[in-house]
Amino acid sequence: MKQVIYTILENEPLTADVCRMVLAGDNSAITAPGQFVNLKLDGLFLRRPISVCDLEGDRLTLIYKVVGRGTAQMRDMTPGQTLDALTGLGNGYDLSLAGNRPLLLGGGVGAPPLYWLAKKLIARGAAVAVRLGFNAAGDVFYEDEFRALGAEVRVATADGSHGEKGFVTDILPDACTHYFACGPEPMLKAVYRAVPSDGQLSFEARMGCGFGACMGCTCETITGYKRICRDGPVLRKGEILWTD
Amino acid sequence: MDRLSVNLLGIELDNPVIPASGTFGYGREFAELYDINCLGTFSFKGTTLRPRLGNPLPRIAEAPAGMLNAVGLQNPGVDRVISEELPRLKTVFRKPVMANVSGFSVEEYAETCARLDACDQVGWLEVNISCPNVHDGGMSFGTDPAMAARVTKAVKAVTTKPVIMKLSPNVTDIAAIAAACQEAGADGISLINTLMGLRISLKSRRPVLANVTGGLSGPAVFPVALRMVYQVAKAVKIPVVGMGGVSSAEDVVEMMLAGATAVEVGAANLADPFACMKIIGDLPAVMDRYGIDNLRDIIGGAL
Ligand SMILES: Cc1cc2nc3c(=O)[nH]c(=O)nc-3n(C[C@H](O)[C@H](O)[C@H](O)COP(=O)(O)OP(=O)(O)OC[C@H]3O[C@@H](n4cnc5c(N)ncnc54)[C@H](O)[C@@H]3O)c2cc1C
Ligand SMILES: Cc1cc2nc3c(=O)[nH]c(=O)nc-3n(C[C@H](O)[C@H](O)[C@H](O)COP(=O)(O)O)c2cc1C
Ligand code: FES
Repeated sequence: MKQVIYTILENEPLTADVCRMVLAGDNSAITAPGQFVNLKLDGLFLRRPISVCDLEGDRLTLIYKVVGRGTAQMRDMTPGQTLDALTGLGNGYDLSLAGNRPLLLGGGVGAPPLYWLAKKLIARGAAVAVRLGFNAAGDVFYEDEFRALGAEVRVATADGSHGEKGFVTDILPDACTHYFACGPEPMLKAVYRAVPSDGQLSFEARMGCGFGACMGCTCETITGYKRICRDGPVLRKGEILWTD
Repeated sequence: MDRLSVNLLGIELDNPVIPASGTFGYGREFAELYDINCLGTFSFKGTTLRPRLGNPLPRIAEAPAGMLNAVGLQNPGVDRVISEELPRLKTVFRKPVMANVSGFSVEEYAETCARLDACDQVGWLEVNISCPNVHDGGMSFGTDPAMAARVTKAVKAVTTKPVIMKLSPNVTDIAAIAAACQEAGADGISLINTLMGLRISLKSRRPVLANVTGGLSGPAVFPVALRMVYQVAKAVKIPVVGMGGVSSAEDVVEMMLAGATAVEVGAANLADPFACMKIIGDLPAVMDRYGIDNLRDIIGGAL
């Protein structure tokens, strides 16, 4: 973990409520896709956790959905402004388990962390399949970006206005060596049930600190108590205990 | 003697800044970020006789200038704290640590304290009779002078180290509870724990926290905490450790003027993991600005 003051390079909308922010700063503490940064915003006591979407040298890309005061403040920030971030938080995905045909499953703003992951897996020579789920055509982002990386991409929308009608679990490929999932909990649960192969799933929790000190985010797993912020956010399929 | 040093119940602290229980774990995460030996000491996570998972999620909610928590005393239990956490702590922290203890019966408090009292690394026992999160106990000990006195007596009977009773602010007469603890033999008082609060989500129309209520802390509570520290310092002769909303060197000085011998810093560590290190670094300049030669001279200066 490292505290870094980033400078905003770009901050543009991708859809009506999802934006992409590109930052410049010291990325040295960020070691794996699936990790997150925790952002300090004016007038808000708790930091806001946002996943690493892409990383190149000192450039860091975040994609966020405006849902409340913190993310609304992010949307209103302009290039040149600075942002205080705790970086390199969380365990991230373990790429060594991917095999040669990994499947990446993203729902809504669960898609961003899969981007850097896809890039790394493709660089290692894997044939990457990406399945993205959104509510409607207007919510879809990064379909082309994933395709440009060389991934095989299919999209489902709940109302059928773009791609297939349905959920990511309705457009699964026949087989995969391992899967990586990120999205809302109902989607993760559906994926857990629908995909027979081993996988890694990324979870969200309300956080106090984001670095393992406050026990604000602990959940029970088959392998013991885990802090989502530090021992997660990525959990291995076999250790998940669903609460209901 | 250094101008920042204070004496807390017979142990010299290099400075009065102490990360508060529950916001610093057992020190490990912070030791990766900076040399935690710069601290006066720290109070480790509230420890109970048996391991506790704590409350269901969500446990954290935001508040204006602060936060609510309903962690529910998650900890590995006193035996694992002694066998695993303390040895690990020894490799990164060479000072006596403050052992924070919670319990659900008088006997449990006494037993947990007795086990920690036997550890060389432990300098003080801080007995939390105030955690507002746990349905089955916590609250009642701290809200009734007679119960607070019973816990104090039971702990004092089985320990040799200084015992600091940590009070709940969720009471009408905090000075009466403090006086009862002093009467029962407490060596010191610390306060405040969190103030009971609530947040409701406008989207779901349900409480944000699974536990419904949670404890408010952070800058929002500072004036309330300061007032209570002042009232308690006036009411008792034993040393008082002040906390609640402290986030700057100025706040530390203000707490000491209200009667605090040392000052704990809680939620600020979560928003800024370097908060305590920065506060300690800022103290000399703030002292210069207000003409303070030695911090120990200003304790209770406003009483
Ligand atoms: C590990 C992790 C990675 C994340 N990555 C992304 C991402 O890449 N893109 C993205 O758009 N969102 C992401 N989120 C969700 C994002 O953190 C929340 O949407 C954001 O904190 C909302 O802040 P707000 O002030 O706008 O909303 P408010 O509702 O006003 O926030 C109030 C409080 O609740 C917390 N909170 C609200 N929603 C969530 C949530 N879903 N998860 C955790 N805390 C929440 C806030 O942090 C804040 O403390 C991630 C969450 C986690 C835990
Ligand atoms: C996440 C969190 C966990 C806490 N856990 C404990 C605990 O285990 N034992 C205890 O005595 N106090 C606990 N507290 C209370 C703090 O030690 C402190 O008394 C309170 O937060 C007020 O200080 P602050 O405003 O600086 O945070 C906790 C506070 C927070 C924010
Ligand atoms: S948010 Fe503090 S331990 Fe995870």
